[in-house]
Amino acid sequence: MANNNKKSSGFGSKLLHSQIMIPLAALILLIVFNFIADPGFFKISLGTNAAGNPVLSGYLITILDYGSELAILAIGMTLVTAASGGQDISVGATIAIAGSALLKVLCGNNTRPETLAAPIIVGFLVACVVGALCGAFNGILVAVFKIQPMVATLILYTAGRSIAAWINNNELPIVNDKTFGYFGSFFPGIPIPAPVFSALACMIVMFLVLKFTTLGIYTQAVGINGSSSRLNGLNPQFIKFLSFVILGLCVAVAALVKVSRLQTINYSVIAKDIEMDAILAVALGGNALGGGKFNMWASIIGAYVIQFLTTTLYKFQVSSDALSAYKAVVVIILVVSSAPMVREFVSQKARQISAKKEAV
Amino acid sequence: MKKIKNMSDTNLLLTITIVIFVLMYVGAVIFQGKGFTKPQTFFNILNTNAALILLSCGLTLVMVIGSIDISVGGVTALVSMCCAVYLDKPESANPTPGNVFVSLLIALAIGVAFGLIQGYLIAYLDIQPFIVTLAGMFFARGMTTIVHTNPFNVVNEKFVALKNTRIIVPGMGSVNKKGVYVNAYVEIGVIVALLAVVLLFFVLKFTKLGRAFYAVGGNKQSALMLGINVKKTKFIAHLMCGVLAGIGGYVYFLHVGSGAATHAAGAEMNAIASSIIGGTMLTGGVGNIFGTLFGVLSLSTIQNIVASAGLDEAWWTGITIAAMLCLFLVIQSVVMARKAKALKKQ
Repeated sequence: MANNNKKSSGFGSKLLHSQIMIPLAALILLIVFNFIADPGFFKISLGTNAAGNPVLSGYLITILDYGSELAILAIGMTLVTAASGGQDISVGATIAIAGSALLKVLCGNNTRPETLAAPIIVGFLVACVVGALCGAFNGILVAVFKIQPMVATLILYTAGRSIAAWINNNELPIVNDKTFGYFGSFFPGIPIPAPVFSALACMIVMFLVLKFTTLGIYTQAVGINGSSSRLNGLNPQFIKFLSFVILGLCVAVAALVKVSRLQTINYSVIAKDIEMDAILAVALGGNALGGGKFNMWASIIGAYVIQFLTTTLYKFQVSSDALSAYKAVVVIILVVSSAPMVREFVSQKARQISAKKEAV
Repeated sequence: MKKIKNMSDTNLLLTITIVIFVLMYVGAVIFQGKGFTKPQTFFNILNTNAALILLSCGLTLVMVIGSIDISVGGVTALVSMCCAVYLDKPESANPTPGNVFVSLLIALAIGVAFGLIQGYLIAYLDIQPFIVTLAGMFFARGMTTIVHTNPFNVVNEKFVALKNTRIIVPGMGSVNKKGVYVNAYVEIGVIVALLAVVLLFFVLKFTKLGRAFYAVGGNKQSALMLGINVKKTKFIAHLMCGVLAGIGGYVYFLHVGSGAATHAAGAEMNAIASSIIGGTMLTGGVGNIFGTLFGVLSLSTIQNIVASAGLDEAWWTGITIAAMLCLFLVIQSVVMARKAKALKKQ
């Protein structure tokens, strides 16, 4: 798609050929489709919620709101993909673990506490530690034992939800604290959904890290060729390990948002299949799933494209069970059209046609 | 020379798997006692997991060529739902029961279709197998609910008769509490699965195609230089995996006798885990069908041990399987690293 227009030059062609074009094109396609189908899709209205706070509502707000967790995970998943050349399939299960630990800290031994047993920030920090530990576990398996990432994370994928249930003794704690609910809904007085701020915060931190440290370039170097990066004085094992720990921290933030939305947890359902969506976001962003060069922003846009698609399908009354079939079709179309083979074929055809025109 | 070394990797990992499985089963007999000494306990493990054996065989094939297929669980669910709907037609007012043979053809057709499309996209269009089969999984799961939403049991007489067919294993029966001798039995699916294992073993070991699988998985470049059609080999592996998923889906359907969207949830991960425990490496080039068989048996024996040990809290199954997986992976990794070191010294 992006490579067809070989003739244009300058900034336009640079943009057309850049990686970020793939998710952007998908996004534009979805926007145009929705605009034709029903312009009301883009209506945003200001109202008040049950607590009397001003809130924005509309499909676009829903996309921004519910795409937050996915965007947060896409950040970490991009790094892991770039550094290790594989994907972490345990993020859904580790969200369950981190969320369970968070609730355990907040509720203490009482499953229906009147007041919180610990401040939210302590709970969040514990969730961060737990998330980072899960990431470190995966990271050690991948970096030290040289196990393929997908296989290594299969371990936590299998055990994660069980561990989450075990942390809380298979009980379902419910937090009645208002403040805790803010993180999954709205802060009082701010009409924009709170998860958006969590996502923004993660993006800003990542932006600063990539801008002011060498993490980005080191990660790419390790992903492109581990042994030559080692010969250049990098420590590929540590970089891989670090990428998994960062993903673990992203998971902790996503867990906070997820748990706060419900004020409780359901071990077998929470963040189910989110790992697939997160990997999809990275792939939609045009990042090579085999590692190497990456574009964080493309992945993040990819995450919102997926949420956009989901919301669009819901709007057309597709049941949540059947959703995945439509999603699969869209994914296949996107991946096939961006496959190198197909692109080459199309650009060859385009060249032939233009050559014929010139001959005439 | 390289081939011989590769084979010994395979055999080494296979030996580890078998030894651990035997140790585990003996341990179960000693510590859990009674239940595990009955042959029927073992046959029940086979009965429940015949479909998983078939799925894992398919996974082993694609993993040997260094690829992956995570759509098999979805295909299983889709196959059972389509066959169930065809056999019973729950929607129509005056249902005419479907033909069992045709339902088998439906299952095969679904498997072949998935294998063809996914194989083409992966082998010839060079798209990442993970993404293609992920989409395949999504599609199969979604289609299952579109075909029919609510789970239901199949009442088709001929099918139920086939489902309840028990093949008696002579001389393995035991005397039950009432003092009546009960024959040990296996279901039809087990025969199918074991036949598939033996057949695939010969294909992998003694045919040109099978050797090409290992060559492509070991090193694409050198396989190409050997004159192997790499793309075609990949395509065939995925096609075979699709067909095995179709057959596995039918065997699963034959065992449970119902259609439901939630059937075989997580089967793809169990199949991958079984293959890995059986000594197949995701990097390609190393793997053995018999190892996979033992992988499935180890996995399900663990589940049985956990269940019979009275640890009925659901989380123990997940944790023990994961712990075992972890153990196997680390053993594999250490063994491989030591071998590589020894090779370097030579």
